Amino acid sequence: MKNISKIIFISLFLFVGTHQVNSAEKVELLKTDWSFKGLLGKFDRGSLQRGYQVYTEVCSSCHSMKYVSYRNLAEEGGPEFTEEQAKAIAANFEVLDGPNSDGEMFTRPAKLSDKFVMPYENVKAAQAANGGAYPPDMSVLAKARSGGVDYIYSVLLGYEDPPAGVILDDGVYYNKYMYGNNIKMSQPLSDGLVEYSDGTVASEEQMAKDVTTFLMWAAEPHLESRHKMGFKAILYLIILTILVYFSMKKIWSRIESKV
Amino acid sequence: MSDHEYVPKSKFGKWFNDRLPLLSLASHLTDYPTPKNLNYWWTFGGILTFCLITQIVTGLTLAMHYIAHADLAFESVEHIMRDVNYGWLIRYIHSNGASMFFLAVYIHIFRSLFYGSYKSPREIIWIIGIIIYLLMMAAAFMGYVLPWGQMSFWGATVITNLFSAIPLVGEGIVTWLWGGYSVDNPTLTRFFTLHYLIPFLILGLVVLHIWALHVPGNNNPVGIDIKKPSKDTVPFHPYIVIKDGFALLMFMIVFAFFVFYSPNILGHADNYIEANPMVTPAHIVPEWYLLPFYAILRSVPDKLMGVIAMLSAILILAALPWLDTSKIRSAVFRPLYKQFYWILVVDVLVLGYVGAMPAEGLYLLIARVATAYYFVHFLLILPILGFKEKTIPLPLSITEPILGGAPMATAVKKKESID
Repeated sequence: MKNISKIIFISLFLFVGTHQVNSAEKVELLKTDWSFKGLLGKFDRGSLQRGYQVYTEVCSSCHSMKYVSYRNLAEEGGPEFTEEQAKAIAANFEVLDGPNSDGEMFTRPAKLSDKFVMPYENVKAAQAANGGAYPPDMSVLAKARSGGVDYIYSVLLGYEDPPAGVILDDGVYYNKYMYGNNIKMSQPLSDGLVEYSDGTVASEEQMAKDVTTFLMWAAEPHLESRHKMGFKAILYLIILTILVYFSMKKIWSRIESKV
Repeated sequence: MSDHEYVPKSKFGKWFNDRLPLLSLASHLTDYPTPKNLNYWWTFGGILTFCLITQIVTGLTLAMHYIAHADLAFESVEHIMRDVNYGWLIRYIHSNGASMFFLAVYIHIFRSLFYGSYKSPREIIWIIGIIIYLLMMAAAFMGYVLPWGQMSFWGATVITNLFSAIPLVGEGIVTWLWGGYSVDNPTLTRFFTLHYLIPFLILGLVVLHIWALHVPGNNNPVGIDIKKPSKDTVPFHPYIVIKDGFALLMFMIVFAFFVFYSPNILGHADNYIEANPMVTPAHIVPEWYLLPFYAILRSVPDKLMGVIAMLSAILILAALPWLDTSKIRSAVFRPLYKQFYWILVVDVLVLGYVGAMPAEGLYLLIARVATAYYFVHFLLILPILGFKEKTIPLPLSITEPILGGAPMATAVKKKESID
């Protein structure tokens, strides 16, 4: 019997192992402490708010986030802006609405219920403005790359001069962590690029960490309640399992004695 | 049914039971005599029933919010994840539930292989099980297509393209399957329809599987026929119910860890990128539970032969009751078979591993050797072993292992205790 359990454990490791092999292709990714990892991991509220600032001031000029709504910014487990703040943020954006009763389309300021306004009308327009490369939508980006948040964090900080002998085309940059090392996005972050209102120093690493945290929340807006519920559910299951184990022992003792 | 005739106590119960013997059925299920030496590998039947019901219930709920349309499917899944109350929970249970279902079914199948549960008189149970397993693979594959991510789209393209290997009519069949000239909206809607249908077919087959099981009764770790009911058996309720319940709870703890703490680890990151027919992912890999068969498919250089090899790898299992010529069921009394059994387990795990790797160089070589061995095991080793192997004498009953050799007697004794 011990053999069988060994085999099962080995197989589980194999499955997990293959995934890690896939995700760790070539270079070791940069690591940083993510507050949302672990059994009761939560987002750092300040980091999410700063991350939103980086996203909206830097990334959002090219990257859409089409599945996230302005109301999400004020919801529990997210950046938790106040409703007024979220309304004010939304009001900065113009959305096309209509048709009205005259059959005309019109623009109006965005409301809480609107999805994040996209920087380009469509994919083709985005490609045309970015040398043929489509800046991917960022709603689920943190789940759409193997390596997840570590990968995104690494790519943001992975810009270097190309090694000797590597010649890059125009509009292509060298990135140590990017798959294939060629990236069409120029280095997006540099020290002091944004000014944080909470006094945090806007170093390149800080901004990368904040915006990556924000992207993780955008991809998994219910991460905190998932962790909270998971902790309770598993604790409940463990206690119930122990109780059932003793009931089982008791019931089986009726026949064990006869054998 | 059970040996004694069940008579309901109440007048209404008797009136009802004479017209529809549901109460007799319930009585049969609770009294059902079960070998008392069943170990924990026997609890996976109950666990699998739980998995099926979980998939059906979560699946029905998801279907209320999901939109089977090429332009809307991906978005509707995000809608479920973000805006549907506990939608993330339901979807993560469903997607990880598929993996847990396969984990349990592989343990269930390998338990059968170890203890010879497929042998006479249980061939029909076994064959129904193989059909269920085939349907599970079809359902899982089509379910994986529904979120309409990159891996959904390209996985569907690769798998449906396998049919083009059929001579003469292959291309026509592929067009017919797609409902067009590429994987597109018609493919998605029919996959959704079939994905909805198959679990209910499986449910029906599960009823037959259990019905067929209740005719000869359970096999057991010693693998000998036992009298039922006798002091070798216990009534299903409460003994087996509580034991299955305990095992199920432990299984649920593992399940919950995946759902709550690593919900995407068994999936592929590319499936969070919306399907794009113009961009092919770097590596197209199926879900982990299909990897051994994917490795077999790719290990054969010819496309048609590859497809035939892959299908044979599954269908060969249906012939297993006749390929295994040994009269002894349990590997406990078959010293040689026991070793070959573990080699087969390792072989399948190796196939799974190379199935996840690119089909080139050393990986391809390993895949070919492992594929060849897989077939050798079933087509050569098992038939010959039945004639050549010197087996250990069987005990007379599971409670009185009189005839067993001295070391085996203690082993059997040990198995009697429930842990």
